[in-house]
Amino acid sequence: MSWLTEPLEYPFMQRALMEVVIIGVLCGLVGCFVVLRGLAFIGDALAHAVFPGVVLSYVAGRSILFGAFIFGSLTALGIGILSRSRRVSEDSAIGVIFAAFFALGVVILSRQGGFRQDLGSLLFGNILGVSTTDVWVTLVVALIVGGILLGLLKEFTLTAFDPTMARSAGYPVFALDLLLLLLVSATIVVSLQTVGNILILALIVTPPAAARLLTDRLSYMMMASVGLAVFSGVAGLFVSYHAATAAGATIVLTATGVFLVCVVLAPNHGLLATSRARRRGRHHAHHFHTNEEIEVS
Amino acid sequence: MVVGLIGPNGSGKSTLLKAIAGVHTPSAGSIRLGGKPIRESASHVAFVPQREEVNWDFPVTARDVVLMGRYRSVGWLRWPGREDRRRADEALARLGLEGMGDRHISQFSGGQQQRVFLARAMVQDPELVLLDEPFTGIDVKNREVFHGAIQDFARAGISVLIATHDLAEVQATMDMVMCLNRRMVAFGPTAETFTPGNLRTTFGGQVAVFEAAS
Repeated sequence: MSWLTEPLEYPFMQRALMEVVIIGVLCGLVGCFVVLRGLAFIGDALAHAVFPGVVLSYVAGRSILFGAFIFGSLTALGIGILSRSRRVSEDSAIGVIFAAFFALGVVILSRQGGFRQDLGSLLFGNILGVSTTDVWVTLVVALIVGGILLGLLKEFTLTAFDPTMARSAGYPVFALDLLLLLLVSATIVVSLQTVGNILILALIVTPPAAARLLTDRLSYMMMASVGLAVFSGVAGLFVSYHAATAAGATIVLTATGVFLVCVVLAPNHGLLATSRARRRGRHHAHHFHTNEEIEVS
Repeated sequence: MVVGLIGPNGSGKSTLLKAIAGVHTPSAGSIRLGGKPIRESASHVAFVPQREEVNWDFPVTARDVVLMGRYRSVGWLRWPGREDRRRADEALARLGLEGMGDRHISQFSGGQQQRVFLARAMVQDPELVLLDEPFTGIDVKNREVFHGAIQDFARAGISVLIATHDLAEVQATMDMVMCLNRRMVAFGPTAETFTPGNLRTTFGGQVAVFEAAS
């Protein structure tokens, strides 16, 4: 029991715990749409593109959230408009831009003293260093982003599943796409302090990808995703405390471990279940011709 | 009324349907439904897309898909209620998918998936239904259920516009036909418009017309 209670005697651990729980809920929710829409690469681009914003506010002595929000929103809008015009190959254009932004951040930072140490905490996050204000800001952002996502869940679902029908029903599909990118961007920005620029994508993509394996219903997937993300965050935090490892990276590895367990054990989509179904299918193959319902291609 | 839209690949069948559906904006001219610009009546047009345009990995059940047809009437920030779910199940049953509402959409055959989308069009309470190549890869049994549903629409006074390659289908089951090859070649009642001459003009050398010896 003291394994759990002892770390929490430190205020910095209490704040870190609150932060990972909020971030877990937020990333678990928003990440579902990142996974289902295939936005992982765009998410990674956003995470890197906010870096100069982070560095500039850091150099100016402001909260890193401030600059990150500005750069994050600009990049989200840029990507949204770019993907609409379709004149440039979207992938390459995003690749070029985010690498350039990231390099810009490193160059600005390299002009400062104490370069290595600063770079480390910005790239890999510093969950143990979050202030009470940071926790409050994260909470408020999570409530806003989560509220918008759940409030427009119907519309986001429709545009993700069948964009043609969404447009024909008169929904503002482009505006909804942009809004979704802004929500992803805001999520990335507030989560930066937990795991940093490089690993943030793991927190957004891994729990929902694991949750998708567990269920075929969106509502259950979102609940499972939130649960797995919070679990990974909390478990990773405690492990990192006792094992004296980097907190952000330990959280990411915990999430990866959860994902691998799901890959093997998931009831319908897991490796065990599919190989069992294949074996059974071979055994009962002759039933397939008599059963009208099984027209599955 | 059931109208067939025929023409070779690239003749603009899909584009015309999507313009009517409000997916594409016409570069010139305007589209009106019942005297009003189509944009204002968007919720009265039900569009059944081609299979490739849908994200089949998305975690939705057949009932979820049908309920999407109710979203517009339900409105922003609200969820479909019991009555909406009842209508969704009723539409699924009408299309021969009774009791399958809880299955994931990828667990159906191609023909059954088309039927789910037709059920979605039903619950939209449309004035106009647009079907983009609905008969592609559909077997005889699915075709029968499909015809039944299309006749239901027609009987309820709902117009159905079907883009298709299936000329035999057009000749046998549709009231009117529009021949399209980047421009409108002919439009009128099937008996008068579905003629060897019009088909040759529409399809060029791509179609062989066998005239019955009288």
